[in-house]
Amino acid sequence: MTMSKHILAIDDSLTIRELLSQTLKSAGFKITTACDGVEGLETFAGDRYDAVITDINMPNLDGFGVIEGIRGGKVNRRVPILVLTTESGAELKSRARDAGATGWLVKPFDDEGLLGVLRRVTGVGSAA
Amino acid sequence: MSDSLRDTFFAECEDLLDSLTEGLSLIEDGDEDLETINAIFRAVHSIKGAAGAFALEDLVAFAHKYETVLDLIRSQSLEIDQQVLHLITRSADCLADLVDRAREASDDLPESLEKLTESLAEVAGAQPEPDEAKQEEEEFVFEALPFAPLDLEPIAREAHYVISFAPVAAMYRNGHDPVHIFLELAGLGDLTVKCDTSQIPTLASFDPDESYLSWELDLKGDIALGQIRDVFAFVDGLCDLNISDETPLEDQIPTAIPTIEGESITDFSEPKEAEKKIVAESPSTIKEGNGGSDKKSLQSKGDTERQSAQAKPKAASAPTLRVDPERVDRLINTVGELIINQAVIAQKLHASGVTVNSDLDAELDDYRYLAREIQEGVMAIRAQPVKPLFQRMGRVVREAADSTSKSVQLVTEGEYTEIDKTLVERLADPLTHIVRNAIDHGIEAPDQRKRDGKPEQGTVKLSAAHRSGHVQIEISDDGAGINRERVFSIAVDKGLIPPDTKLTDAEVDNLLFLPGFSTAKEVTNLSGRGVGMDVVKTTIQSIGGRVAITSEPGQGSLISISLPLTLAVMDGMIVRAGDETLILPLSSIVETIRPKLSDIMPIGQNGHVLAVRGAYVPIVNLQEALRLGSDNDASSKEAAVFALIQVEGAESIALGVDAILDQRQIVIKSLEGNYGIIPGISAATILGDGQIALIVDTDSVVRMAGQNYSPKELPPQQTESGYGQQSSLE
Repeated sequence: MTMSKHILAIDDSLTIRELLSQTLKSAGFKITTACDGVEGLETFAGDRYDAVITDINMPNLDGFGVIEGIRGGKVNRRVPILVLTTESGAELKSRARDAGATGWLVKPFDDEGLLGVLRRVTGVGSAA
Repeated sequence: MSDSLRDTFFAECEDLLDSLTEGLSLIEDGDEDLETINAIFRAVHSIKGAAGAFALEDLVAFAHKYETVLDLIRSQSLEIDQQVLHLITRSADCLADLVDRAREASDDLPESLEKLTESLAEVAGAQPEPDEAKQEEEEFVFEALPFAPLDLEPIAREAHYVISFAPVAAMYRNGHDPVHIFLELAGLGDLTVKCDTSQIPTLASFDPDESYLSWELDLKGDIALGQIRDVFAFVDGLCDLNISDETPLEDQIPTAIPTIEGESITDFSEPKEAEKKIVAESPSTIKEGNGGSDKKSLQSKGDTERQSAQAKPKAASAPTLRVDPERVDRLINTVGELIINQAVIAQKLHASGVTVNSDLDAELDDYRYLAREIQEGVMAIRAQPVKPLFQRMGRVVREAADSTSKSVQLVTEGEYTEIDKTLVERLADPLTHIVRNAIDHGIEAPDQRKRDGKPEQGTVKLSAAHRSGHVQIEISDDGAGINRERVFSIAVDKGLIPPDTKLTDAEVDNLLFLPGFSTAKEVTNLSGRGVGMDVVKTTIQSIGGRVAITSEPGQGSLISISLPLTLAVMDGMIVRAGDETLILPLSSIVETIRPKLSDIMPIGQNGHVLAVRGAYVPIVNLQEALRLGSDNDASSKEAAVFALIQVEGAESIALGVDAILDQRQIVIKSLEGNYGIIPGISAATILGDGQIALIVDTDSVVRMAGQNYSPKELPPQQTESGYGQQSSLE
């Protein structure tokens, strides 16, 4: 088996970060977290990630800014980016899509839903 | 769900509720800055988001309604008028209530919930909210995909789908990889992939960012159409997709697939690795894709939205560090020892003949200075501004004013004064009680105030300030002040004082601190809950503080609380009792008295009382109470000095000691870890000469001595006499 897939999770809520960490770690992923958009982009530049999960509503730089930063950057700019959102309206999804998001996750998510979506965008269900 | 995650959630909620309150108070002050509104929106939004993970449905539902209204304000569809402000501040209170109840896993809901939910819905309903969003909500909640075959149906239905799939360039830009989609489809059933490479141009006109490939997928198995649609959900709109169900006509190969334009179809079981690379790794900057003009308009819309998101002013959130409080406590403990060690070294050096003006002494001064610096720095880690505490009182004021139909504003001062975090937490209850009391009993009804020529809106003022090594917190109101006649007559009625007692105004005011005293004519919802100001006083005393009340009829009352800066250091009076050196907490001492022998009178069999300005105070001899030995037995009965102390139940006791040695700050070292709870002793400290001195728990000493005296036998107790003396409070 190859090395664990490395996921970057960006969310200003510590609870959500912990939740993602627990779920992804138990499924064999490697996870790094950042607490806002600015820190997220800095972290992103520091390593090679297989997917990014980002919240939309965050201080300093929101999720759209994160997507734009990654898609407009030089490194790994085709990385799958999942938008984590509490809203589920079609409008938000098309906005996320237009911004360059690969997919979306609606909070609250169950483990299966999260892993299923990650599987869809990374091509792997579990790295373990 | 793990407990630690729960703890994280509730700790985070506290922080978010604090910033919500802070934002709201800024708005109340007329600051309708976009960033402020964003911050409060974000706080509610984050609570909602995280609460969802814990299935706290009531909380999520309310936060959602609340958030909707805040969003309207944010998008400037709703203006903040008095009514809206009222609604959003009350909703913040309700949200905090819901969080509390969730923490306690309590099922009952806040009383205000229903009404506020209605009002929020009403305000939100007045604005157009797309119904479509609501329906979508149901539709797009992720469910586990049924990858495992259903075991109840043994006969697999052999469905057959032909899927034509032609991505536009934007699909690749958004991080999608067709291979992943094919892999997922292959997980559903038998998949055959044909790639159409006919659109790839010559190398000269090849654009690495463009999409040239399309596929025809043949999928067989027990698969529902919805499952396939689900796989393509994320790329919907980013490709030309046509799924046709060929199940009943299995032999028929579709003759025309309208969306595929190329004719020559090359068979590839998988896309070429080289092509994939080009798509995934192209190093040049992104050009605007020409993947269909219909997409273009959407993209430009996205661009402007992103720009507006970026143009947003950046939130000025100060970076913070979260540290396990235990680490800080350990550090504080070690620093305490450092201070003691420094004192011991200084004392030993001086004892060994180092003169005060020597070089070594100068270095020693530096040492002391640095040690103090470190101590202050460490204390500052635990220090917290009283602001969140004061802000919480805003809510208390609103609720109390609402339930008494009075109009009250809260004014705060010195809210950035910092005190130990533990003190902030422990002050919440007493402050709440005092503020409720001020509104319930102090502030008059609006019409009464009007008659008295006062503004209809009453004012409760909270202030905090540092004062000579202490923190002074004051709660004042501009109400009617203490009705001394009534207080006096109630005290008499309840048998707390004899009817013929003569008391000064300050002494009458202090009757309020007597246990069981409640002036409310009937038990009100607010302050008459059976706990009175005596509980406030005991709580304040338990954190080493003191409380005093002053009042001016018609002008209002002032309650001032004086607190130590930290719980790790306290002011102590070093005394000698028998052969022991002991520490009395200065916070419990009202005054010290060196009486004439004639002031000490016997009572009962072994008891003594001390006459203090015409009142009699029971004597407790510290040495006897703690059963300390002494070389000189004769001296034990006649203590030379008395410390008049206040103990639980607001009684005064004269604590007899042999001598008062010194008065200074001492570092508290807990004994409980090693010795358990020792009656009469609260902790210990190490004095400068290395000697260990025990810190006396005055309440417990008096209890221990309780067998020897009974307050009921005593003459009239005008025991509060010393308390109102302001000098003793400094």
